[in-house]
Amino acid sequence: MSVSNPINSKKRKEPGIMPISTRLKILPWWALFLLFLGVLLIYAIINRENYRDAFDFIAPGLQVTLTASVIAFTIALVVGLIMGMGRISSNPITYNIATFYVEVVRGIPMIVIIIYVAFVLVPLVVQGANSLGNLILETSWLAFIEGLGSKLSTMDITQIDPLVRAISGLAFGYGAYEAEVFRAGIQSIERGQMEAARSLGMSYFQAMRHVILPQAIRVILPPLGNDLIAMLKDSSLISVLAVRDLTQLGKLNRSRTFRTFETWNTVTYLYLSMTLLGSMGVKILERRLQSGEAITTSINNVFRQLRQSLSRKQVID
Amino acid sequence: MSEKIIEVRNVSKSFKHVQALSNIDLDVNRGEVVFIFGPSGGGKSTLLRCINRLETVDEGEIVVDGIRVTDAKPDLDSLRAEVGMVFQLFNLFPHLTVVNNITLAQELIRKRDRQEAYEIATNLLKRVGLPEKADAFPDQLSGGQKQRVAIARALAMNPKIMLFDEPTSALDAEMIREVLDVMMLLAQEGMTMVVVSHEMGFAKAASDRMVFLADGKLVEEGPTDQLYAHPKEARTKAFFDQILY
Repeated sequence: MSVSNPINSKKRKEPGIMPISTRLKILPWWALFLLFLGVLLIYAIINRENYRDAFDFIAPGLQVTLTASVIAFTIALVVGLIMGMGRISSNPITYNIATFYVEVVRGIPMIVIIIYVAFVLVPLVVQGANSLGNLILETSWLAFIEGLGSKLSTMDITQIDPLVRAISGLAFGYGAYEAEVFRAGIQSIERGQMEAARSLGMSYFQAMRHVILPQAIRVILPPLGNDLIAMLKDSSLISVLAVRDLTQLGKLNRSRTFRTFETWNTVTYLYLSMTLLGSMGVKILERRLQSGEAITTSINNVFRQLRQSLSRKQVID
Repeated sequence: MSEKIIEVRNVSKSFKHVQALSNIDLDVNRGEVVFIFGPSGGGKSTLLRCINRLETVDEGEIVVDGIRVTDAKPDLDSLRAEVGMVFQLFNLFPHLTVVNNITLAQELIRKRDRQEAYEIATNLLKRVGLPEKADAFPDQLSGGQKQRVAIARALAMNPKIMLFDEPTSALDAEMIREVLDVMMLLAQEGMTMVVVSHEMGFAKAASDRMVFLADGKLVEEGPTDQLYAHPKEARTKAFFDQILY
């Protein structure tokens, strides 16, 4: 839910044309000030060489940050859905695996998770691939996949790009949080829905797919949106793997030019431009979902409204 | 043809510390309308939910049309296809239109194609008096309309038995009649029905047998004409005194 300006609620109840004093109080000053700073920065980037230099060096990191976040988040959603369903499973095996994953991963700082995945889990996977490859090569009746076998057995850790490891780490870490979002969303759907579906003869999975999950998604979307924005910020942690994202390029620029102000103002501004846009999108989505709009229509309308508001340079409260 | 379609043998069930059902014996014949009544918490809903295995029993046996419900792994698919259930709180699927509520299970389980399922759905909506509501969403309907859609939804699966768990208890007074009318039609068409309710008028008009359940025990049961006018047990008499103003 968006936190509305408390001043609004007092004044809006009066009918008639709003006096100027009220209009002044209602304006989102924080956003206007932020916009002003942004304009200042754009001016600086255009006219000051240090800023332009910093921007040219750092801006390519935007692509890495965005790519890493979006791919990692998509994987985290898949992991989250599977683990979330495991968390509500009555099967002791799936329940315990899912709970172990969620409890452990949520108990470790994200930066440690990324390092752990990059330097412990991924190497383990590579070792496992090596063993599997050797097994294939040694087994005569598996000769038809010999090519795959030799590729697997000679896989080397250095072949795995740091970006791939970083994305794996982010996905692994966020999957646990998304699992809980899915679990809570599914459990928020009243029991009667499952009972009605089962009474009609649907299996558990049919009921989930056609009755429960479609309803749960409406509940789940806003938290997921917020988590995507959180991941945009946490993606800065992949800089510890020397991946050239916004933060890493910021660090490199600072050590290259010693211009801390220009560097970090630019990095901050670039992160803010992503996260604030994202937050606006989530708020619009929330509002549209509340008014009962269909989900796909809501998402389409969010993009439409964002585009409109950006072109008119308005800030939606 | 008088043949037992539901057999409940010595069924007991408890929830943690509460004995919900104690040694219940009950038979329902094909085409019969059985009306189960009694004070709140008496075990009526629990018994109904045990019949289609929404709850499991601790002791005893339930057989529905040859299917042993109380087995460790019963043939749930067959069971639930034969037994339709109507809930007190309707439990319509809010994200689907009325007609899609009715066609969903048909397509998934009876494997009917969209055309056939749609036709069956619209016919059933006519039968329950709501043909114009096909493309409405559940939240646009009144309580009575929702319940009639719920009945249509259950009927779409061509069940042999219909279970009603206090179908009118959540409805405003003026909407109770429209739902009972539909149930009456079903009874006249020969559907086997087990109804848990407080609507004694309906019991008198539509049911063949009445069963009085209190504190998890079957206190009395018998043909409606007899039991309604001349209840044998004191407990039954006391209950009638309380609810019939």
